[in-house]
Amino acid sequence: MSTTLDSAVASAARTDAPPAILMDKVNKWYGAMHVLRDVSLSVAEGERVVVCGPSGSGKSTMIRCINRLEQHQEGRIIVDGMELTDDLRNLDAIRREVGMVFQSFNLFPHLTVLENCTLAPIWVRRMPKKDAEELAMEYLTRVKIPEQARKFPGQLSGGQQQRVAIARALCMKPKIMLFDEPTSALDPEMIKEVLDTMVMLADTGMTMICVTHEMGFARQVADRVVFMDRGEIVESGTPDQVFNDPKTDRLKTFLSQILRGH
Amino acid sequence: MAETLAESAAPRPAAVGPAEARRPPMSVVGPVAWARASLFSSWWSTAITLALAYLLVRWAMGLVDWAFINAIWSVPVNDQGIAQTQACRALEGRGACWAVITEKYRFILFGTYPYDQHWRPLLCILLFIGLYIVSAMRRFWRKELALVWVATLVLIGVLMWGGILGMPYVPQERWGGLAITLILATFGIAFAFPLAVLVALGRRSRMPAIKTLCIVYVELIRGVPLISLLFMASVMFPLFLPEGMNIDKLLRAQVAIILFAAAYLAEVIRGGLQALSRGQYEAADALGLSYWQKTGFIILPQALRLVIPPLVNTFIGLFKDTSLVLIIGIFDLLTAGKTAVVEPAWQGFGVEVYVFVGLIYFIFCFAMSRYSQGLEVELNRHRVR
Amino acid sequence: MSDSAVDPRLLRPPPKRGMRLSWADERFRAIIWQVLIVGVVVGIVWWLVRNTQHNLEVRRIATGFGFLNREAGLPIGEHLIEYTPASTYARALLVGVLNTLKVAVIGIVLATILGTLIGIARLSKNWLLSRIAGAYIEAVRDVPLLLQLLFWYTIMQMLPAPRQSLNPVTGVFLSNRGLRLPWIQWQDAHSFALLGFVIGVIGAILYVRSARAKRMQDGQPRKVWPAVLGLVVVLPLVIWAGLGAPWQGDIPALRGFNFQGGFSVSPEYFALLAGLVTYTAAFIAEIVRAGIQAVPAGQWEAAEALGLSRSRVMRLIVLPQALRVIVPPMTSQYLNLAKNSSLAVAIGYQDIVSIANTTLNQTGQAIEGIAIIMAVYLCISLSISLFMNWYNARIALVER
Repeated sequence: MSTTLDSAVASAARTDAPPAILMDKVNKWYGAMHVLRDVSLSVAEGERVVVCGPSGSGKSTMIRCINRLEQHQEGRIIVDGMELTDDLRNLDAIRREVGMVFQSFNLFPHLTVLENCTLAPIWVRRMPKKDAEELAMEYLTRVKIPEQARKFPGQLSGGQQQRVAIARALCMKPKIMLFDEPTSALDPEMIKEVLDTMVMLADTGMTMICVTHEMGFARQVADRVVFMDRGEIVESGTPDQVFNDPKTDRLKTFLSQILRGH
Repeated sequence: MAETLAESAAPRPAAVGPAEARRPPMSVVGPVAWARASLFSSWWSTAITLALAYLLVRWAMGLVDWAFINAIWSVPVNDQGIAQTQACRALEGRGACWAVITEKYRFILFGTYPYDQHWRPLLCILLFIGLYIVSAMRRFWRKELALVWVATLVLIGVLMWGGILGMPYVPQERWGGLAITLILATFGIAFAFPLAVLVALGRRSRMPAIKTLCIVYVELIRGVPLISLLFMASVMFPLFLPEGMNIDKLLRAQVAIILFAAAYLAEVIRGGLQALSRGQYEAADALGLSYWQKTGFIILPQALRLVIPPLVNTFIGLFKDTSLVLIIGIFDLLTAGKTAVVEPAWQGFGVEVYVFVGLIYFIFCFAMSRYSQGLEVELNRHRVR
Repeated sequence: MSDSAVDPRLLRPPPKRGMRLSWADERFRAIIWQVLIVGVVVGIVWWLVRNTQHNLEVRRIATGFGFLNREAGLPIGEHLIEYTPASTYARALLVGVLNTLKVAVIGIVLATILGTLIGIARLSKNWLLSRIAGAYIEAVRDVPLLLQLLFWYTIMQMLPAPRQSLNPVTGVFLSNRGLRLPWIQWQDAHSFALLGFVIGVIGAILYVRSARAKRMQDGQPRKVWPAVLGLVVVLPLVIWAGLGAPWQGDIPALRGFNFQGGFSVSPEYFALLAGLVTYTAAFIAEIVRAGIQAVPAGQWEAAEALGLSRSRVMRLIVLPQALRVIVPPMTSQYLNLAKNSSLAVAIGYQDIVSIANTTLNQTGQAIEGIAIIMAVYLCISLSISLFMNWYNARIALVER
């Protein structure tokens, strides 16, 4: 076992709580392309991490490795004390604890909003339908769209769909939430409603990893910002450190491009 | 460089030296890794792979034995011109009797066309292939292509009939084989196409009588099998015509095929018309074009381009469907093949002949279907951009 | 919205415009066009009908369907209902329709099963399986069906005579006279057992539904297979045993030059069914593959990220969406199979086309014969379309 992992485990132990997510020297290739290079990251329980970086830098790939939508090929990933291996029982357990929100919502178009939310609690958590519906309505109320429960996803705006997607993930009562560019596919006027929902979620103390370019959001809620480029973690630190005091040219270039864009 | 909340809170050097991009290890990309992922990913997959590989090898060995090792390629012919097929019969099916092909291939390809004039249908076949290739190339997708079609089809007619330029006249009854198949399919599509465009436009027309007429035509034809139309052409058509007027059988079958193809083509073209955005219609209206100007200059060129892949697929279907004329006794490629083994000497060698004829159909259809798939990918890319 | 809320000026009906009798008036122009085209079509039809009437008179061909009640005198090898050559033409044609349905219905069921399996194999992660499925699809689709039927029929004819027939399993004989399978001598007990089986299947479906409803109530999964097994297998067996468990095998045996007894499949039917099923399955496989691929990868990912198992994702998320893409093209494949069954005439299976063709040759009444063929196929096509449209509407209902 690598010394890095030992030190990571040791430092995690120092903070009393075990890390919610621990990635150690994770490597991944698409064919011959090296998309994740020795990525190591430890996220404590309740911590909120924002991942940013240019497109194609491996941010999405990294968080998709956490619930094994992508498989890493070298290194270790431990989620909530369980290591991601080929063992399917571990995988099922991890996926129950990890919620995910996608860039393109991925709501199920043939099910109503309510059915989207109750599907997993009923079939995975074995919850009675009535309880699952009550739970779903509770979360739909929290994301402020209870009145849309009987509609189909196609009848909602993008912002509403993404909020349903967040409610759907929350209905599984996950310990960790992953957000994969949740606002990139949205019109500007809808970004705020989704970000507000995410801020609200952050205030509940949820462990979150969020791939996004929304600097305002990062400053407001992130405990830590991680900058990735070309498949590796280049810099990481508090929002203040990363945004105001970039150390590397790569981050400087990236920030200037982002700022010019705004 | 793993870090925790406690660590990251403290000021620290954040920059880390870049990790080198590495070639993936052999366990990830090598042939062994490929085999593990795509052949032996689980015990279930491994079992399937092994079973299939065993069957495939058995089958391939049997095929090679039959088609090559045990096969007989030629047989002696006696004074009366009758083939001596005893050697083939002695094989009892353990090997192919390709002698039937080497003896009969000219009959299968050209039917009863006069032997010394076989170069004419051969030339026609090549002309057809040339016509397909030219039509397949995107840089020739212009209005002039229609002229090329007319010219080629006329030339093919002249070659087949003859009677001029020193070519002896050959009556239609003696045509046969591959040339007939190509004629039925190509003339079928060529004449069905304009009809189909009109029917497709009619079906989208706002005039109720015309719309109804087109719907009845399309649904009636698509509701019945081609055979019934061919029967109609062969036994009912003569009753339709005034006394004394007679049309030969091939032409009657050709008419049935044209009417049949037009109904299917019309539906494909209608799909293209529907796929076109409303904006195109509105823009054309806004320019003040008349209906026919609008249709001819703006709508059709775009709609047809959209549906070229399904048009090619319809043509493949039609190409295969022309084989149905066998049932009304027209001498196309399949009929020629079937007839070749009627002769007592060759009876029982149908499998070899059907394999040969099947290969010819396959080559044509496979080429066209590959072309249509490639085109679809290309056109989709164009549209996405 | 109440009327009072709307400005009354907005409620004015559009003015009724009179049609001007001028080429510049669009509606006038439309009417002229329609009259013209309908006139031409009616004219052509009238001309054809007149020619036909004249020709029929000259050739002294009878018209009308009176021949249906005459004795047919044509032998039919396979008939699902009582038939002798002394029966009427009407009955002969009915036998033909039933023979067509026999091959079309069983063909559709088998082609759907085979096609779905091949389509799923095409999507398999196993490279070899996927490639073999792909090669099969390509090879079968690019050769005319009629050629394949002739090929199958030739193979059937090349099989040994009954005396030397292939005998892969005891009681099963494959010869150039077709396939013979062992069967049982049918008795009332079997009919009751069959009835029990049907009731069992219905009961099982109801039971699974109620188990699912109960699960929705308390969330607890239940084992359903013991009850299903009991209803579907044990119930018919108990009925059969209760009625004395009659078991009299009907084993085919060689008598003279052919077999007697057993369940017989004629070489013509076998060749036609094999050809239709293998051919149509290739098209269905492509439809199934395209349908499943049409469901975006994001649907799989989202469902798996929620912790649903792969089989649940398939059943709850992917299939309902894929079916909507699959059903319309599947309908046209079913229609094609039904229409293609008419190729039976080329290999001597006596379907409706074959029998109507013989009828029209014997009676000379071509128009009536072809009209019957067309009417039968239009009915079949219409029934398939209606059924599939109903099914499509049922599965499409959930969306908006």
